[in-house]
Amino acid sequence: MLMHLPVLVVLAPLLAAPIVALMRGATWPWLLSTLVSWFALLCAVLLLIQVQAEGVIIYTMGGWEAPWGIEYRIDFANALLLVLITGLASVVMPYARLSVEQEVGAERSPMFYAALLLLSLGLCGMTATGDAFNVFVFLEISSLATYTLIAMGRDRRALTASFSYLVMGTIGGTFYLIGIGLLYVMTGTLNMADLAERLPAISDSSTVRTGFAFIVTGICLKLALFPLHLWLPNAYTYSPSAVTALLGATATKVAVYILIRFVFTIFGPEYSFGAEPLAEVLIPLAVIGLLSASTVSIGQPNIKRMLAYSSVAQIGYIVLGIAMGTAMGLTAALLHVFNHGLMKGALFMTLGAVMYRMGGTNLSDMQGLAKTMPLTFWAFVIGGLSLIGVPLTVGFVSKWHLILAAIELGWWPVVIVILAGSMLAVVYVGRVVEAGFFGEARDPTRREAPASLLIPVWILIFANIYFGIDTRLTVDIAEAAAAQLMAGGVVR
Amino acid sequence: MTANTALILTLLTPLLGAVLIGLTGRWPNLRETITMVTALSLFALVIRVLIGLNAGEDIGVELFEVMSGVGIAFNTEPLSILFAMIASGLWVVTSVYAFGYMRGTNEINQTRFYVCFALALFGAMGVAFSANLLTLFIFYEVLTISTYPLVTHKGDAKAKAGGRTYLGILMTTSIVFLLPAIIWVYAVAGTLDFVPGGILEGNLAAGSATILLLLFLFGVAKAAVMPVHKWLPAAMVAPTPVSALLHAVAVVKAGVFTLTKVVIYIFGTDYLASVPYESIAVYMAGFTVIAASCIALRQTNIKRLLAYSTIGQLSYIVMATMALAPFSEIGAAIHIAAHAFGKITLFFTAGAIYVASKKTEVTQLNGIGWRMPYTMAAFAIGALSMIGVPPTAGFVSKWFIIAGAFQLDNYFVLVVLILSTALNAAYFLPIIFNAFFKPEDVKLKDHGEAPPSMVIALCVTASLTLLFFFFNGPVLDLETQLVGGMP
Repeated sequence: MLMHLPVLVVLAPLLAAPIVALMRGATWPWLLSTLVSWFALLCAVLLLIQVQAEGVIIYTMGGWEAPWGIEYRIDFANALLLVLITGLASVVMPYARLSVEQEVGAERSPMFYAALLLLSLGLCGMTATGDAFNVFVFLEISSLATYTLIAMGRDRRALTASFSYLVMGTIGGTFYLIGIGLLYVMTGTLNMADLAERLPAISDSSTVRTGFAFIVTGICLKLALFPLHLWLPNAYTYSPSAVTALLGATATKVAVYILIRFVFTIFGPEYSFGAEPLAEVLIPLAVIGLLSASTVSIGQPNIKRMLAYSSVAQIGYIVLGIAMGTAMGLTAALLHVFNHGLMKGALFMTLGAVMYRMGGTNLSDMQGLAKTMPLTFWAFVIGGLSLIGVPLTVGFVSKWHLILAAIELGWWPVVIVILAGSMLAVVYVGRVVEAGFFGEARDPTRREAPASLLIPVWILIFANIYFGIDTRLTVDIAEAAAAQLMAGGVVR
Repeated sequence: MTANTALILTLLTPLLGAVLIGLTGRWPNLRETITMVTALSLFALVIRVLIGLNAGEDIGVELFEVMSGVGIAFNTEPLSILFAMIASGLWVVTSVYAFGYMRGTNEINQTRFYVCFALALFGAMGVAFSANLLTLFIFYEVLTISTYPLVTHKGDAKAKAGGRTYLGILMTTSIVFLLPAIIWVYAVAGTLDFVPGGILEGNLAAGSATILLLLFLFGVAKAAVMPVHKWLPAAMVAPTPVSALLHAVAVVKAGVFTLTKVVIYIFGTDYLASVPYESIAVYMAGFTVIAASCIALRQTNIKRLLAYSTIGQLSYIVMATMALAPFSEIGAAIHIAAHAFGKITLFFTAGAIYVASKKTEVTQLNGIGWRMPYTMAAFAIGALSMIGVPPTAGFVSKWFIIAGAFQLDNYFVLVVLILSTALNAAYFLPIIFNAFFKPEDVKLKDHGEAPPSMVIALCVTASLTLLFFFFNGPVLDLETQLVGGMP
């Protein structure tokens, strides 16, 4: 069975999803989805161990060799990401039961869990596959699931949020598809490894350049790079809490991974940063996005929306790391992909607990939280500190590496931007903490959130601290992954 | 118990104390007993480390590695043991004082107060014993965050505004200046360990070293060199025990301690002396000394006056450290201790006056010396130490700083010291004079001394201020090791 691990991560939820959809009530669909996501996590962890022990894993689907068949190819970068996705899904699923019961309702639960499974399997599929067209297929699966999930939000604005994401997401997907099509015309292959081999010979053709531009733009839409981020704040704000947690922690990260895959593995760093002005395009956008989104988040009355804008800003850090085009910058970007997943997952889930008890996530709902819901409040404080990048949290580790990478290049203005972003985070997190700490609770009789919400939240908070202290696992893997990626092409 | 075990326990004890204090919040007497036991055992442990250091034991613990080549690690040397001794020793006295103060003023949230106090000491111990800049930075932030609830203790609008300034300046500077400075050191030197003689020589271009020095100077805002000093007056909204131990001793000394460590163990005094425009740091600190004293002259609120006095005194230490003469390095280290004894006494008296009479302004103190003789006598001793008059602690350190100025023929330092002495006398002596020799203005309320525990505490620190003048031998012997023996 061990040799089938790469496909099991995707296949298990794929098989379970229709069964879940056919079930009745809320409990059984929830139970099955939870078990399946735990199984997927187990597979992902085993995969990571296997990659560490044996190097790159190549799995040919149905025994059909590439380029005729589809191959899955697991190296350090996507093994780490698979652990993040399945890990987040494994804490979100148990958490979802109460929160979904309240926000979505029992009768729609089977559909909800089925869509959530499809979302996570779509993300896993995009990550695991070594076939550029297969990426598109999974991209569509995860996107369609996302549109459905967002629309299930309690607020009626969820419908327009879902619709505008549908329009934007489809444009992004189409751009990607056009880019793949152009590359296929030129190379006759869709396999990433083959693309990487054949592209250098024809790299000065304008078709390839156009393909590159379409692909990068399409992916940047999905990863919400400023100014293509407009779909994100509404989508995150109006989705059910469990969906926001999973989306915020993983969805944009997978798009980041696809970008990294194309820039470094398929086109190669020499082409992307040498022949194409990728750095010149990405750096200004990342910097503007980072600063503007952080500034905008300060004024948000709805904390969920505030964190959504913060996500746009954090994407800026990650894209900065990628755009540096160095091993150190890439390490920082990969670290922040993982670490930001942990912190945003934790924070959005904390807000879900607030939503469950207070019925909203506005600043006014956070007033006096330190007294009424201390465990929820302190979870938010620790998550917030991690977002700022205070030592002993994961946020510090990634920010450290990002600044180190910028200093290595002598990019002092970028160092200042990164630090300014942290300062803005102090302000927007501080605002909520101050309200929770000093504010008068609207209704002092509200109690702490139930354990089934708090335990998953605190598991993630614990992970935020654990990986902030013991960085061996994350930093080593990120460094190894960056080294693999910087080598360009595909490691055989 | 080996010295290494003691070293780890100095960190665990206040942490465990904080947990226990939190759990026993419902029984105030038990809670306060635990605070006391924690403070005493911490002091005992620090003494055990000191004995180990003096006996030449090999002291150093590495817990785990965070980045390649840098981990969470602890060790000790003359400067760190001095800081740890002062912070933990004065915590014992402050705890005694705090019991009287907090009960005397019926403060709210007393459990949170004691928990955060213990956490702040945890931060201070970590800063003291850190073996590299990363560990130091982590505990520096622990100290900032754990003292925020103490500053905003009252929870009213004024406290919140003060807290915002406090956290805003300390956090901003540490993230915007200190953190990149540390990462820069790591990027060029590949290590962050504190090594005698420094780690930067040969790794950094001369011009960059000047910028790095300034990043450290303003990144360590806890040292309150102008213009990053505003947080200290803002922090005065805190209850007085906090101002006394944290904002006259633990937090601010963590700042100057960090700067001294950076000068001696990261730059190395020899290398720093070769850095162009290094003396800009001396001028910045000298300016702060004079400017802070001038502002203090115009303050009417006792605690704000003391805060500005602290800013000036801290810059003595910074100026002495940056002057780079062997004598001035010793003077800087000793002034960490000398100023601590005097300033904590002054804050204790300010709190005692507040508890006994609710007075907070300098102008209200006429004739109070006869109602509160012990308190005002202690105030006089503390104030004389600030001015630097024998027989007080302040005289000893000033002696060394001046000796250092002569060693280098640095007349700027000399002039600053003379001017500052005059200014200090100008704002402290009238208070003492008025308290004893002017009649009381209006009879507001009949009162005597503050509760006994407070009076005892302030008498102890006042005596320490005097005793340090006579029995400073062990401290001197210890600190001369910083510059490799008496020059």
